[in-house]
Amino acid sequence: MSILYMLIPIAVLLIAGAIWFFVWSVRSGQFEDLEGPAHRILMDDDDPLIPPEARVPRQRPDEPGP
Amino acid sequence: MTSNAPLVAPDPEHCFHCGLPVPAGFDHRVAILGEDRPMCCHGCQAVAQAIVAGGLERFYEHRTAVSQRPEDLVPEQLRRLALYDQPRLQEGFVEVDELHLKTASLILEGITCAACVWLSERHVRTLPGVVEFHVNYSTHRARVRWDDSQVRLSDILKAIAAIGYVAHPYDPGRQDALYRKERQRALRRLAVAGLCSMQVMMLGWSLYAMDYDASDVEDMRTFLRWVSALLTVPVVFYSAQTFFVAAWRELRQGRLGMDVPVALAVILAFVASLWATATHGPDVYYDSVTMFAFFLLTGRYLEMGARHGAGQAAEALVRLLPATATRLRDGGEELVAVVELVPGDRVLIRPGETVPADGTVVDGRSSVDESLLTGESLPRARSVGDALVGGSTNVESPLEMRVEKVGDDTVVSAIVRLLDRAQAEKPRVALLADRVAGWFVGALLLVAIAVAVWWWPVDPTKAFYVTLSLLVVTCPCALSLATPVAVVAATGSLTRLGLLTTRGHALETLARATHILFDKTGTLTRGELRLHRVRTLGTLTRERALALAAALEQRSEHPVGRVLVAAGADGLVATDVIATPGEGVEGVVEGCRYRVGKPEYVAALSGAAADLGEDPAATRVVLGSELGLIATFVLRDELRPDAKATLQRLRWLGLEVELLSGDAEGAVAHVARELEVSTWRGGVSPAQKLERVRALQAQGAVVAMVGDGVNDAPVLAGANVSVAMGSGTQLAHASADMVILSERLENLATGVAAARKTRGIIRENLLWALLYNLLAVPLAAAGWITPWMASIGMSASSLVVVLNALRLKRIQQ
Repeated sequence: MSILYMLIPIAVLLIAGAIWFFVWSVRSGQFEDLEGPAHRILMDDDDPLIPPEARVPRQRPDEPGP
Repeated sequence: MTSNAPLVAPDPEHCFHCGLPVPAGFDHRVAILGEDRPMCCHGCQAVAQAIVAGGLERFYEHRTAVSQRPEDLVPEQLRRLALYDQPRLQEGFVEVDELHLKTASLILEGITCAACVWLSERHVRTLPGVVEFHVNYSTHRARVRWDDSQVRLSDILKAIAAIGYVAHPYDPGRQDALYRKERQRALRRLAVAGLCSMQVMMLGWSLYAMDYDASDVEDMRTFLRWVSALLTVPVVFYSAQTFFVAAWRELRQGRLGMDVPVALAVILAFVASLWATATHGPDVYYDSVTMFAFFLLTGRYLEMGARHGAGQAAEALVRLLPATATRLRDGGEELVAVVELVPGDRVLIRPGETVPADGTVVDGRSSVDESLLTGESLPRARSVGDALVGGSTNVESPLEMRVEKVGDDTVVSAIVRLLDRAQAEKPRVALLADRVAGWFVGALLLVAIAVAVWWWPVDPTKAFYVTLSLLVVTCPCALSLATPVAVVAATGSLTRLGLLTTRGHALETLARATHILFDKTGTLTRGELRLHRVRTLGTLTRERALALAAALEQRSEHPVGRVLVAAGADGLVATDVIATPGEGVEGVVEGCRYRVGKPEYVAALSGAAADLGEDPAATRVVLGSELGLIATFVLRDELRPDAKATLQRLRWLGLEVELLSGDAEGAVAHVARELEVSTWRGGVSPAQKLERVRALQAQGAVVAMVGDGVNDAPVLAGANVSVAMGSGTQLAHASADMVILSERLENLATGVAAARKTRGIIRENLLWALLYNLLAVPLAAAGWITPWMASIGMSASSLVVVLNALRLKRIQQ
């Protein structure tokens, strides 16, 4: 039981930390736009690793194969 | 996401960019994503090319809605953008951070889906000198930071215009900053209360468990209580502070509001708990205190979100006024910022431009489109001596105006102020709940005192706990949460659907409505003309007649002209074009003189009057040459596609539908027949409309009025509840209790259904609160309820109320 005398104060410190993090996230504007980021993450922002000029052109379905 | 998602691509006959039909004979294509895509106009073509050239083709894969058709930017408008570089104009909306670093806020028009955000951010960030460009998808606002030594603001605006969006710099002003601060403070309070209450509840569970455990855990109990006290301190002194401030304000005004018992309960329960902790008393209420604060703050936060959302809609109105104007001085023209205009200035308003301030015409004759302000879809003729309202658009020919009112004195500003006032009002349901709560609180305090006095001689140690459990168990949280949460949840989901509630009582009254009155123009119809029928009178074909009319009207800004141009443009050119405002256009095409316009005007050239038949709902235009009449064009304002279904749903909901219009009898009869409305009246003046509303009200009816024009304003104000179409006049918004922003009439029926559901839920909640309190008060007064039962009962009661009200968040179309 006596371990609780240490664990509970630690829990209180963790709560203080959680509150601090939350206040920080509010202050840095992360709660200003709650819709945009959800869509933003779906956008493929990364540029392709293969440069365009080195790519093998994709075959059109109507062209005969090699 | 990229390759497998279906492309949002319209049919092959429609523009790939904006989804509008491609006019016959316009064959311009842009290669997008490996295929040649059709475009409807040069504007779309330019935008699509700019997107492809910028390597941002994938926009078309990502988007979930078609784009808006871009406005054709003429060199004149581009020159205007350059004006935003003037330091004097920038003072209003630009913050200068460091030497060259500037920040501005922009309102973006044309954002239809999340991909638009992606596109505009990617595109603008490629400009050298742009440090930051961030678009807020929820509000369609953007913040841009740029290095003034490398790039100018006008270049950024041009870059945004090049990909088909319109950016208006705006002054975020104090209002925005206040909202932001209020929102952030509320969020912090909520977070502190939420996190602490979770911890306290956890410790509270152990404490309750100890009550049943015979083992000697007194030390641990005391320790857990002190830790709970520590965690409750920030909730009481930080989160609940807002209740204390409000309660103090209520007391100073001499009334017992909702916040008084809240503050009292929090203070008493906290002090009693501290006392019990220090003296090893039997019960603590830290869990009740924190959770109570958390629930109430959640409700307040949701309510605030709805309020702010409504505030931003008002701000959009300010955009009606342009930022620049052409001032005439000493015989020359100069471009100036509108803020610099003073009464007495003379300004030139070219066709297509927006009137910058209120004033009077001193030279010129033209027609002016006031549809944004009045909902009147056809332009009105204006000549010397007539008044012009800021925000309206000049349609035909240049006008010279003497400025009379600027800034806060203009009509547009007055509308914005009206809206602000309307939104500051407290909902009537909430006012009623406040009043009931006042009595409730008064009675509760009296009962508490009586109970304390009763118990004191019986058992002094028990007296305090019984009194406290009475106060806690009857915490009027069910009462105080019942109406606001229901109203806010319903308002929020309706706003998402595009039905904005601007007055608190709107939902309540809409639920009681028995009659619904429609004004035909713009509410049941689209409010825009379409070519309905072409009748040829001579030997020329339909296509040839349309092409001739389009050639003559090529330069026209009149809506009838625009419709003809859109229908028939195929490259014919008219010369010697003379436009007679209000009559028609005359011109020479391939050596032959033609006239298009009003029958009498054309008859003067052709020498024969056209037989126009009987259809009062339509606008007719005649085309004729010196040799005779060629064709008549019938243009009609079509019914909204969902008008019929909406009326059916409204009737199904038990409402009496009536049509009350200022239009000609025949036109109204036609619409009524098509929509199967049996009660209708045409040619009604605003005064008569109001009379009809009053007559219905005298019979005990609750009247809902749906309108859109300025002549509706008195009727809208006279009806019990009023709804305006968002496409219509902004002035009507000022007196309307609800605004349909989405252009979908269907939302009206959804709104009625939602209002009734809200009323039902408020009743359920109040009934629950009543039953709960009727049961709990006598039990607590008798001393049968221990404080822990009281706190659990209270928490459960408020939870039931909140969850019940949150069912309204799921309102569907």
